Parts: sequence; C-alpha cells; structure tokens
Amino acid sequence: MTFGMYVSPEQLMKDRADYARQGIERGRAVIVASYATGIAFVAENPSRSLRKTSEIYDRIGFAAVGKYNEFENLRVAGIRYADLRGFSYDRADVTARGLAGAYAQTLGTVFTQESKPYEIEITVAQVGTEVDQDQIFRLTYDGSVSDEPGFVAMGRDSERLTEGLRQRWAPGLSLAGMLGLCVELLGEANRTRTDSALTPDQLEVAVLDRRRPRRTFRRIETSMVRILLTDGGATQDLPSPDDTTRDT
Amino acid sequence: MSASSAVPSADGRLGPAFRDVGGTSFVDFLSAHAPHLLPGGASNSSGASTVAAPHGTTIVALSYAGGVVVAGDRRATMGTVIARRDMEKVFAPDEFCAVGIAGSAGVAIEIVKLLQVELEHYEKVEGTLLSLEGKANRLASMIRGNLGNVFRGLTVLPVFAGFDLAAGTGRIFSYDVTGGCFEEFSHHSIGSGSVFARGALKKLWRPGLDREQAARTAVEALYDAADDDSATGGPDVSRRIWPSVAVLTSSGVAFLSEEEVEPVVREVVEARADNPGGAR
Repeated sequence: MTFGMYVSPEQLMKDRADYARQGIERGRAVIVASYATGIAFVAENPSRSLRKTSEIYDRIGFAAVGKYNEFENLRVAGIRYADLRGFSYDRADVTARGLAGAYAQTLGTVFTQESKPYEIEITVAQVGTEVDQDQIFRLTYDGSVSDEPGFVAMGRDSERLTEGLRQRWAPGLSLAGMLGLCVELLGEANRTRTDSALTPDQLEVAVLDRRRPRRTFRRIETSMVRILLTDGGATQDLPSPDDTTRDT
Repeated sequence: MSASSAVPSADGRLGPAFRDVGGTSFVDFLSAHAPHLLPGGASNSSGASTVAAPHGTTIVALSYAGGVVVAGDRRATMGTVIARRDMEKVFAPDEFCAVGIAGSAGVAIEIVKLLQVELEHYEKVEGTLLSLEGKANRLASMIRGNLGNVFRGLTVLPVFAGFDLAAGTGRIFSYDVTGGCFEEFSHHSIGSGSVFARGALKKLWRPGLDREQAARTAVEALYDAADDDSATGGPDVSRRIWPSVAVLTSSGVAFLSEEEVEPVVREVVEARADNPGGAR
C-alpha cells in the first residue's frame, strides 16, 4: 500500500488559491460601476461573441473574468436560477443578494471539493431607483462574497484599477463621464503592456438603465460608445426610454 | 431526479441541474427538474370528470399594411355566469410578438407566462432573439403539453402573431389542441364567437388596410361576435371597458391606450344604431 506525500490543509488551500489567482490575473479586466442613471459594465474584450457581461434578470446583471467555460457555466446556471425563482414566486422576488449567495456556495464547494478550483471572479449587480440603492456583489474563486459600494474592478491589474476608481469615482457621474474614466484606467493598464491606446472596438459595454420599466439590461454598440467618448460631452447618456417613440 | 432538486439544495448551491451544459429551453429545464411547475403539471390525470373554470372567449388577428393587429374582448365566462368583465386576453410575451388566448383562462395565462419566460430565457442564454417560427413552435409544444387537460375541459387555444424582422412582414399563426401550428394569411379568429367574427372579417378585411382601418375592422368583428355569441363581451359603454388591441409593427408591439380605443368603439356603436348589421 502506498501513501501520498502529506500536505497540510493550509498548504493545500494556499496552493489552490495561488493557482486560481494566477489564472484570474491573466484575464483582461472588467469594471462594474454605478453612474447617475444606471450601472455600467465595461470590459476590455475584442470579441463580439464571447461575452464577459450578461443580463440575468430584470434589474440584475453579471460580469466575469477568468476562464470562459467556467464562468459561462455559472452564468447560465444563474439565469436558470433567476428564471425559476421568478416563475415560481414573482418577478420582484429575484434579487442579486440571493443569486450572490447561491454563487458563493457553488464556488466555495468547487474550491474545496473538486480537483481544481474555478479560475474566475464574478460580479453580480442589481440596479436600484437611485445610486445609493444599487447593489454590487463581488465573488471570488473560493466563494468569498463582498458587498462593494459603488464600483468593482476585476482581472488583470485590478488593484491599480480599484485604486484609480477610489480616487476618481463619484456617485453622480454621467454615463459618458463614467465611460471616459473606465477607458482611461483600462487604457493606462493596457499601455504599459502593448504601447497602444484602447479603442472603442476593443471594449464590451453594457448597462443596467435604472430609468427603464422592466428589463433594464442593454448592450451599448461600438458606434454609441464612440459617440459617448468622443463628441466632446454633447452626449452624456443614452436616450431616455421616454424619448424613443413607438409608432407605425 | 426528484422535483425538489431544482430548487437550490439545503446548502444553497446551484446543483448539477442548474449547471447542465447545453440547454437553452426553460420549459425543458422545468420538465426535467421541476415538472410540477409546468401548466397542468400539478394535476394528476386520474378521473375523467371535467372542471368548471373561467373560459376566455373571442380573439381576432388580422394583417394590415404595417404589420398585424390582435384584438380580444374582455369577458370570461363560467357556464352561464360572467366570471370577469375586464379580463386581459391579449399579451405581449416579448417586444416583437403578441398572443391572444381562448379557452380555460387559468391554464392559458400560465402558458403565456411560461412562454414569456421561455423566450426571455433563450434570449439571455444565447444572446440573440429566437426566430418568429421558433417562437411559434415553442408555443405549439406547450399547447401539445396541455393535451391531457383537454379531456378535462381545460382546453387552451391561442393565436400567435409577430413581426418577422427577417422577412419584414407581420405573420399570424393558429393552433389546434394537439399542438398543430399553421400559418394564417390575412386574418384569423378563435374562441366561441370566432365563427361570427370570421364572417365579419371576411366581408371587411382587404389587403393594404392602414392602422386605423385595421383597428376598426377588429372592433367591428368583435362586435359581431358579441352580437351573436353570449360568451363574448360587447362594448361595455357604461363601465367603460373596451377591447384590448395590440398592434405589431417593425418597431415592436404596442397596445392601443384606452383613449385610442374608446373613440373607435363609440364610432362602431354609433354606426350600428338602427343598423345592426353594421358596416358594408
């Protein structure tokens, strides 16, 4: 009979955490932050089909960094969880807090019981009627969950991005202001590596627009991102849903 | 797998049911893991007796130059009793389609609610909208799933209409109780007053109607249905309850407001004074 070499539980957990952290550090960054009329998800992501952000429910959005297949699996699980809950109770009973709890339990179990931890970090955000009612939850590979007031940065250079946001983020920022700040911070991190600026087509941008009545999640196309970033402040926000006319 | 495993287990995890790979259908997810939540799923099929429950009545759908109009009366009946006077029987499951329902009201509303979640679920998981035929077929499979209820008197028959963005036209689909799905051209009606509504539509509908004419034609058809079918509600002027009218165009589905429907109904009622046969 052979025995494996003894590894202390502390060492085992530390090795797993290091492994997961290294995987996450390789992933391109995502910023999730509140602005005056919603919550913005800004990701550095040149792909138009492999998304890092998603709608979960009426007022709940999702963003992730790390291994695509792992967070995609949890994204779909989250949509099933939310739709099942909303279908069997009521749409108002689906909350980001409940979903964050389910994700935390799932990630925690995978971290301790499966042969390899998930190399992902997730943010679940729920938009309120005012900025101070927004809820942003950050979930890490080991199932830790934290309630982040205002903003979250995940992925590569997340500490530097968080520091930048701490200094310059304010609850009353417009969407254009918010987007400008994100592009600047993500661009700084990008420039040190590739020596080139970040262009709108390298960004994936989505919002939870608090002014919308039911489904608040909207993707913002590259052309609109370009307008928000470059027309000298003339366009500060998406057109209000009341402005869009519906007629034959 | 037991039904209870679809709810997060005692420790709150998203169990294997939630993390299965590949499924984009919410209905399939429910039937595999929580079949008791499906419409009619809670009922055991033993006993052939029928159930007395509110029934919704007449719905008309007609195409016009800019798309499709779907309209329904507001009455639900239970035997000879009027169960509801202000029932909504035309719904918009998503931004580009509408469904009108006739038959057992409780089951029908549950099916519409499920269809709405089904379409939204697909859109969220896949990141694209389902094609119009895809939506019509999903509804067909739900109607087929209700076949067991038909023998207990809980039939549901919908009419489905949508604006086909790919083809650039409005389209109408009808169903039978076994889930058969057929495309209708020009117009269609369902429910107890449908025979009379169809007669009116045959005489009044013509190609290239504009939006106002289409809405007026729908209201005329519902008036004729109510005139000859006791289960269809006519214009309720004293309570100010008007038919629900949904208009589907390339920019999506919109319900006409009460302020828009009221003058149309009043005009029709006015024009029928001393002329019960109406427009000709």
